[in-house]
Amino acid sequence: MKPAPFDYVAPDTIEDACKHLTEAGGGATVLAGGQTLMPLLALRLSQPFILVDINRIAALKGVSRTDGGTRVGPMTRQNEIIANSTLAAALPLLVTATRHVGHWQTRNRGTIGGSIALGEPAAELPATAIALGARVEARSARGTREIAAADLYIGPYSTALQPDELITAIRFPEWPAGTLPLFREVAQRPGDFALVGLTGAVTVEDGRISRAGIAWFGMGPTPVRASQLEKALLGQRVAGLDVQALAELAIAETAPFDDHHATAEYRRTVGRRIFARTVSEQLQPRNAT
Amino acid sequence: MSQHNIQVTVNGRLHTATVEGRLTLSDFLRVEAGYTGVHIGCEHGVCGACTVIVDGQAVRSCLMLAVQADGSSITTVEGLTAPDGTLHPVQQALRDEHALQCGFCTPGVVMTLAALTSGASKPAARTLLDALSGHVCRCTGYQGIRRAAIKLAGEPGAKK
Ligand code: FES
Ligand code: FES
Repeated sequence: MKPAPFDYVAPDTIEDACKHLTEAGGGATVLAGGQTLMPLLALRLSQPFILVDINRIAALKGVSRTDGGTRVGPMTRQNEIIANSTLAAALPLLVTATRHVGHWQTRNRGTIGGSIALGEPAAELPATAIALGARVEARSARGTREIAAADLYIGPYSTALQPDELITAIRFPEWPAGTLPLFREVAQRPGDFALVGLTGAVTVEDGRISRAGIAWFGMGPTPVRASQLEKALLGQRVAGLDVQALAELAIAETAPFDDHHATAEYRRTVGRRIFARTVSEQLQPRNAT
Repeated sequence: MSQHNIQVTVNGRLHTATVEGRLTLSDFLRVEAGYTGVHIGCEHGVCGACTVIVDGQAVRSCLMLAVQADGSSITTVEGLTAPDGTLHPVQQALRDEHALQCGFCTPGVVMTLAALTSGASKPAARTLLDALSGHVCRCTGYQGIRRAAIKLAGEPGAKK
């Protein structure tokens, strides 16, 4: 038993969970799937006074269609996302990205909300939420607010969520039929966090790009939205894209660093290449003219 | 530091205990309940040795708290062998393919493959091999484990 001592509560309702978070005054940590938090507790990198386990709150689970999009409960397990037919039709990128999260065994418990709340910069789901234009609903005893995923991440493991706030939904906008997922990651082993990863959705109408949401993971202290690239792609003919030139623009906003796995220069080089390869393999063959 | 009363069914037997909030499920199963087939390698979710089946799902027991398992039904490797000692098909396949050496990682591997092959239709070899990426084995070089997994799969002959 390695974690430092803590009190443990497992409320049944969102209201009770928020009450515990408020009362703890910043000393609480929320336990979702636990697949990252439990290691942090074991290593004593996280030492909360009180652990608020939200696994018993039914209102935080499940996927539903809403006007203008899809609502995903934060406690939906990653393997449930992969198996969900609504998501397969509405948000294929989310399903593809989730397949790359951890291992099958950890996806049985790991949740989408846990991953998004944690903000690991090399993780698949925060970047994918940004690419898809998701908004996160955060609830506290003070009220409810929505935060765009693009505004959520401040630094590694650091988000705009306040200590008393709980994610109660992740709302994805509608992406039209004809939207193609772009996804590729380079990792040392399957299941590892990415050294470099690209995630995006591109809508093509009559051979031209009408909408694009693209983000990087493992390419800086937070997931990075490739907004210059998104703008440059609009209106372009897919068949005529100059992928080499666009690759430079694609990584323009990234801020990769050196660590014991790879250098920043390596990450930029891999970034340019996987962008070019992903566009030419996943986008252009389906839009040959 | 809170204490909690829990009731957990392990391999068909009901266990009741009072546990500290921070007690991991792996420590509960191994130390408090005596299921020493639950091997604890890394204690932080990397190696897969501690994998058990909780309410039908293969999970890493070092990444769950014992208190979270209150009310659930758990299978450990001790629960797979028949009372007369007949091996579970997964255990037999691993044995036939010489898929273990020291055996430290083996209970975890067994529980993953048992969970995936417990349904009526057998999963594809690809599915089983993907799930094996959640286990670290320091001895075998994995080839025997891969052969056993392919043997257990529904679709014959899939190699990669
Ligand atoms: S002991 Fe649980 S994964 Fe290693
Ligand atoms: S057989 Fe020794 S670790 Fe796998």
